[in-house]
Amino acid sequence: MEQIKDTQPTRSTKRNQERFGKTISLIATLLIVLVVLSILFFVLSRGLRTFTQHDVSVLDFFAGTEWRPGETDDAGNALVGALPMIVGSFVVTLLSALLATPVSIGAAVFMTEVSPKAGKKILQPAIELLVGIPSVVYGFIGLTVVVPFVRQLVGGTGFGMLAGTLVLFVMILPTTTSMAVDALNAVPRHYREASFAMGGTRWQTIYRVVLRAAMPGLLTAIVFGMARAFGEALAVQMVIGNAPVLPDSFTTPASTLTSILTMNMGNTVFGTLENDVLWSLASILLVMSLVFNIVTRWIGKKGAIKG
Amino acid sequence: MAAPVIETKDVHLYYGSHEALKGITLDFNPNEITALIGPSGCGKSTYLRTLNRMNDLIPDVTITGNVLYQNKDIYSPSADKVELRKKIGMVFQQPNPFPFSIYENVAYGLKISGMKDKAKIDEIVETSLKKAAIWDEVKDKLHKNALALSGGQQQRVCIARVLAIEPQVILLDEPTSALDPISSAKIEMTLQELKKDYTLIIVTHNMQQASRISDRTAFFLDGRLIEADETRKIFTAPQQQETEDYISGRFG
Repeated sequence: MEQIKDTQPTRSTKRNQERFGKTISLIATLLIVLVVLSILFFVLSRGLRTFTQHDVSVLDFFAGTEWRPGETDDAGNALVGALPMIVGSFVVTLLSALLATPVSIGAAVFMTEVSPKAGKKILQPAIELLVGIPSVVYGFIGLTVVVPFVRQLVGGTGFGMLAGTLVLFVMILPTTTSMAVDALNAVPRHYREASFAMGGTRWQTIYRVVLRAAMPGLLTAIVFGMARAFGEALAVQMVIGNAPVLPDSFTTPASTLTSILTMNMGNTVFGTLENDVLWSLASILLVMSLVFNIVTRWIGKKGAIKG
Repeated sequence: MAAPVIETKDVHLYYGSHEALKGITLDFNPNEITALIGPSGCGKSTYLRTLNRMNDLIPDVTITGNVLYQNKDIYSPSADKVELRKKIGMVFQQPNPFPFSIYENVAYGLKISGMKDKAKIDEIVETSLKKAAIWDEVKDKLHKNALALSGGQQQRVCIARVLAIEPQVILLDEPTSALDPISSAKIEMTLQELKKDYTLIIVTHNMQQASRISDRTAFFLDGRLIEADETRKIFTAPQQQETEDYISGRFG
């Protein structure tokens, strides 16, 4: 016994290597957590200064419709009502998701159920290409094609939520479609076989079994698309008109949280209300992305088959 | 003896250029259980799937010969495979209930046929589950997800699902191979009951199962039908040397 023990090194090379790998991955994980936490802390602490340092009432911020940072009304309250941007962000997000949902599910059904060969050959590369296009290019196309198109079709300047919705619709389409394809592909083949074996037609099988079994995945795809639309800044800013007012139609200039942020972030002095209130807008974006995250997790949990 | 329900004549099946079935001629009598036995890869499952045209789902499959169901060729251009599959139901090797409630699983075939009458659907769901000998176990949880049941229960729900569309023939592709012996025994008892009303064709690897439940047995080897006869004869006095070798466990 003694002899064997003596021949053993105190710690083998293998074990050392394992320790080394574990340490590296632990450090990497901690680093990511640290970055996330510090971003959260920084944005929220700045964003909250609007209310703590500058005494803007929460109600005035969320429900106010006058956005003129730096100016005050007759009673001396700062005019930092964010409702126009909040409304703008939610409207373009919901509308673009509403447009993208049927199109992406339709495309996904075509790619997985109707014609997998053509889907793989034509649609898959097309979607991958769409993902790779930088958002400034989408914005540029929106500016030169979509805005004049809206102007001719509906009148007005063409800038506004309609143009923003159309550009976002195209931008989130690849995300929602490829995720919908994954969701449909994840439906086990034997569900389809069972339906066919009972005399189900292809359409009945798709509609009643495949889409239904894939529902949690499809919902997740849509929420991801919405998260992307909500956070998109550049392309939207180029076509929405950037007027921080509550829009009275879809074709009058409006704004979103992101468009106001990108427009103004370089033009304010750190520590002033004008700057801090932008951090408040950023905080809303941050909290919403957290909400989207929680929703997708919740869908995943609900969708999992339980006893 | 009644006329056969299904007759197959010189059925060849090719996956691309590979010949998986090399001329199968076999008839199936009504209200009998026919067992298809043979080693893995001998073509018995493939053959079973030609009977309800499930091989149509696989690309590059060519089938020649005739498969007659009620004297009509199911592969003729005018044949309707959707209608055919409502008459020739199928139970698969792995229990494959939909991830829906038990009730919705059994009602599925009725709904896709356009049945709307709720009371009638309720009634058929109940009788189907009773026939599949699973009613007592699930009657209190009809609206629970079928995937929460045990494998054996799932398989019987799948049988009930097939019974609900009132087929004439039920094809079973190793229906008990994924199940424990007790569940298997229950399914075998169910099949014995079903024989009164249906024609059953079962692929099985289990020799004892074939001898226990079937009236006729067909032995497949290497894409050919070696021998088909009454089960008793196949197991006691097979005519072919290969059959005897296989059932006595000398290979396979």
